[in-house]
Amino acid sequence: MGDLTNISGNLLYVSFFTYLLATFFFGGTIRDKKKGKSKVAGNIGITITIVGFLTQLGYFFTRWVASGHAPVSNLFEYTTFFGMMLVFAFIILYFIYRVDLLGLFALPIALLLIAFASMFPTEISPLVPSLQSHWLYIHVTTASLGQGILSISFVAGLIFLIRQIDQTKRSKHTFWLEFVLYIIAVTIAFIVLSSVFSAMNYETVFEAPVEGQPAEITYEMPAIAGPSEGRVLTEGATGPLFEAPQWMRGEDAAKKLNTFLWAVLGGLVLYWSARLIFKKRIAAIIQPLLKKVNPELVDEVSYRAVAIGFPVFTLGALIFAMIWAQQAWDRFWGWDPKEVWALITFFFYAAYLHLRLSRGWQGMKSAWLAVGGFGIIMFNLIAVNLIISGLHSYA
Amino acid sequence: MNEITCECGHVNPEGTVLCESCGKPVEENQHIDGNDQKELLNMRYDGSARRSQTYNRTAVDKVWNFFSSVKVGVWLIFITLIASAIGTIFPQEVFIPGNVDPATHYRDQYGIPGQIYYQLGFHDLFSSWWYMLLIAMIGISIVIASIDRFFPLYKTLKKQKPKRHELFMKKQRIYGQTVAENIDADRFKENLKKRRFKVYEQDGHILAEKNRFARWGPYVNHIGLIIFLLGALLRFIPAFYVDEFIWVREGETALIAGTEGEFYIENKAFTLETYNMDDPEDAKFKEAIEKQGGPIPKTFRTDAVVYERTNSGVPGAEPELDVFKEGAATMNNPLKFDDYALYQASYQLNEFKEMTFKIHDKDDEDTNYGEFTVDLSNPQSTYELDGGYRVEVANYFPDYEMEDGQPVSVSKYPKNPAFVFNLYPPGENDPETSFLGIGANIDAGGDNQYKLGLAGFDVRDVTGLTVKKDHTLGIISLGGAIFMIGVIQGMYWNHRRIWLQPRKDGVWLAGHTNKNWYALRMDIEKAIADTNIEAPKDQYEMKS
Amino acid sequence: MKEKTLQKKKKRLVFRSLMLVFMVGLAAFALIANGKEEQTVVAKGEQAPDFQLKEFTTDKTIQLSDLKGKGIMLNFWATYCGPCKDEMPYMEKLYPKYKEKGVEILAVNLDSTELVVENFIHEYDLSFPILQDKNGEVMDLYNIGPIPSTLFINPEGDIEEQVIGPLTLDKLEGHLQSISPEE
Repeated sequence: MGDLTNISGNLLYVSFFTYLLATFFFGGTIRDKKKGKSKVAGNIGITITIVGFLTQLGYFFTRWVASGHAPVSNLFEYTTFFGMMLVFAFIILYFIYRVDLLGLFALPIALLLIAFASMFPTEISPLVPSLQSHWLYIHVTTASLGQGILSISFVAGLIFLIRQIDQTKRSKHTFWLEFVLYIIAVTIAFIVLSSVFSAMNYETVFEAPVEGQPAEITYEMPAIAGPSEGRVLTEGATGPLFEAPQWMRGEDAAKKLNTFLWAVLGGLVLYWSARLIFKKRIAAIIQPLLKKVNPELVDEVSYRAVAIGFPVFTLGALIFAMIWAQQAWDRFWGWDPKEVWALITFFFYAAYLHLRLSRGWQGMKSAWLAVGGFGIIMFNLIAVNLIISGLHSYA
Repeated sequence: MNEITCECGHVNPEGTVLCESCGKPVEENQHIDGNDQKELLNMRYDGSARRSQTYNRTAVDKVWNFFSSVKVGVWLIFITLIASAIGTIFPQEVFIPGNVDPATHYRDQYGIPGQIYYQLGFHDLFSSWWYMLLIAMIGISIVIASIDRFFPLYKTLKKQKPKRHELFMKKQRIYGQTVAENIDADRFKENLKKRRFKVYEQDGHILAEKNRFARWGPYVNHIGLIIFLLGALLRFIPAFYVDEFIWVREGETALIAGTEGEFYIENKAFTLETYNMDDPEDAKFKEAIEKQGGPIPKTFRTDAVVYERTNSGVPGAEPELDVFKEGAATMNNPLKFDDYALYQASYQLNEFKEMTFKIHDKDDEDTNYGEFTVDLSNPQSTYELDGGYRVEVANYFPDYEMEDGQPVSVSKYPKNPAFVFNLYPPGENDPETSFLGIGANIDAGGDNQYKLGLAGFDVRDVTGLTVKKDHTLGIISLGGAIFMIGVIQGMYWNHRRIWLQPRKDGVWLAGHTNKNWYALRMDIEKAIADTNIEAPKDQYEMKS
Repeated sequence: MKEKTLQKKKKRLVFRSLMLVFMVGLAAFALIANGKEEQTVVAKGEQAPDFQLKEFTTDKTIQLSDLKGKGIMLNFWATYCGPCKDEMPYMEKLYPKYKEKGVEILAVNLDSTELVVENFIHEYDLSFPILQDKNGEVMDLYNIGPIPSTLFINPEGDIEEQVIGPLTLDKLEGHLQSISPEE
């Protein structure tokens, strides 16, 4: 069994680097000066993407065999799967519209997701009784596929915004677009910093009261914000710059705040160094590369992704979820935070469709909505799990 | 009512934007869809006369029109979305521990923001009247907006004619003129039929159409939503919905609440299994189990027998029971019987069942003058021991606590049993009184010769089961299914139309779809192959 | 033409009004039903449902319908409930007087251990019938939530008053008076 787990892990590595390679080929399509049918780089790109996807499927099924249940039962497994579904959704939309540049943006987002996933515990975990149901994988995979397709709407929307927003003057549009790019920088910073500190085996142990009882809290990153009323136990470690506010009570609350601060600061460093080197807004750096993109087509891809993804998402994240909840917890709906955020996602995309179909919101407005929708999906994935968390606290 | 007679002879209802028959823009109504501002026609609802846009006279009309507006609908969705998000900031009341006062819990746990949250009533947001009102308003909006749009659209699509007005053609997004003589219209029709278009012809004017049913998708899914909401509403009627909770001790037979005295359940055994890393089956989880630091549960199971009452006595009368069903309830697999289902919802391990006491000398624990066992759910009033000793249970506190210096019981369950025993040694008439509880053994008189000690005890588990009867599930599922059908119908198929109009010097071609223009262009490309018709242009230009 | 238009307009107004009334009615039903979820189903003025329970210390069973013509005080209580214990002496005090007037007191006990209740009856020296509802079936039937909870049933068998929470001696006497059969 151990061997299979290893094979599975290696397949995931391979797929990661395959996606990376494919991204470069999609990047190469920018230089395809010739208009029309010459699409060598794009064809190679999509072929490599499919190879990567199949490799990741290999990871998925070998891990399934090794653990005895579908590997969608913790945050690592779920986020990895989400990345895979995003790639799958990209492949579908690529074959409908053949927009090469979609790959240049979709694959890096998938790569970030997979890298982000591996920052969480990756060991195979057992299923608690409530999760022991076929609905675990029916519900989770369908919901995740829906989210993956909806994410392509964000990718296309982002391309649209970078292509279309006037970069010659400052506006609300340029500000928020830079903000979105900064958030991506924060994610990169989080991944890089976590990997570096974990490679260094960095550790500071604190003793601090948790729920009135003294407890040991281990930081894997140098402490910017230490636990409230904490005391450093590790010899030679530098103390925190300040203490987390007292109301952050949970055992890991201060630690999460510390990690968050590192990511935010790291993101700032990344973002501003790029900006100072080029002396331009990040979006303005990318904009010239997207000249060839047809904005109407990208707008339609963005909308089409919602049109395809919304029913899949509703089926997976609401209807299948209700059927399962009815079996496991005797009620199909319980206002658990994760459920509520799935409902919020549903409401949001329902509003998107009404605004687009009945009120003619296209182009820029629609693209901003697509960005907002992805924000909600990511909030549900990350914030609800790490901060709010309810019954779904496993993932 | 000012009906509008179009130049093509068709009589349109008031408020029509585009003639139902030929599509000619009705001049005085172009502001309704904003066509006066634009080069291209807004094709939503095909320019049909939405009543809400025209009648606005009585108060009823005003209310009606308010709910008919998509803008209002989107606002309602948006407000509900924000409210729902607020409801997840702190845990809702149902998720906080049951034994704390919510008023203080929110302040203690989350400080001032928590207190404000509680005082604004957000701790019970999802069953608040205003949240329900929002959902109800969304429901009303769905019904009215659908009625107002479906019927006019249906009529318009039914009455449309292939012969279109010039302006209609020119103002379509996909439009092209071909100047040529040898146009092969038959070939064009053949090509369209091959692509599964329905082709209609009128005086040489051609209308090709496919997937009109996709236009009904939104109305079908709205019907589904309404059925879903009605199903949820039925839960307020007790006959449709039972939701009770029972605790059943191992070995005990208890009435199943909510079944009107008809069913009883015997808890044969409750089982809690945990993952064990020494078991080869679970060895793969070793790392995770070690990290967890405590046991990870694997199964919760109640083996039970459900009994049916066979005598139709009045409630409370001694029931005669007959086995109705034997089975087990585990998580994800409720025990179903009759219209009811029992869900494994909770448990308590190791509640005291029996206690065994022994009599010994006060100063020497090794002496033994006899033992007796007390069934904690049904103690006898006296226990006669073999050696002539007699123990009288003067008082019993199943769940003992001290209150103002007096022992009292705070519940009927033997969670923390305590006794006042009167011990009569052989031949004695004056008892020695002592008080016995967990961690307490008090000599009441102070000069007792004997002492009672706990020699052993037996425990049992308690299972917590939810009793559910839900006749609304069928309706709710139906609503969900219809919703899915409607969404798929509307999203995965697109209504496409292509018009061909003969001109003196050639033809005009126009096309429209409600989504997926790319595919429509592909359709047209295939349809004009070998017909000498030129490819039309996409007249749409992105404003930003 | 004109008449037809008027008729159409009227029809439309009627249709819209009916739809709105219907939907607002449903919404109101939901709001009201949601608001009173916690309340008892057995309400004032309703016929008290029949039951039959065993009496403590004797082996008799008592059926509610056998007591028709008498006023009934139906008290739900348990030994582990402090306020319930407090009102027992009041009931004991007024019992002989009102028994003569044709009022019966039935105290339905919700404990699960007989010995505990029997000890209690001896300790408080209670003379009115204490009934054993071990399964909580009658409690369920009357939808009793928190205890003590007391129902006053008039000689016609209808529920005259329901009191949730403890009673004072004065209040108890007032309620007993109100369900006494007329002489």
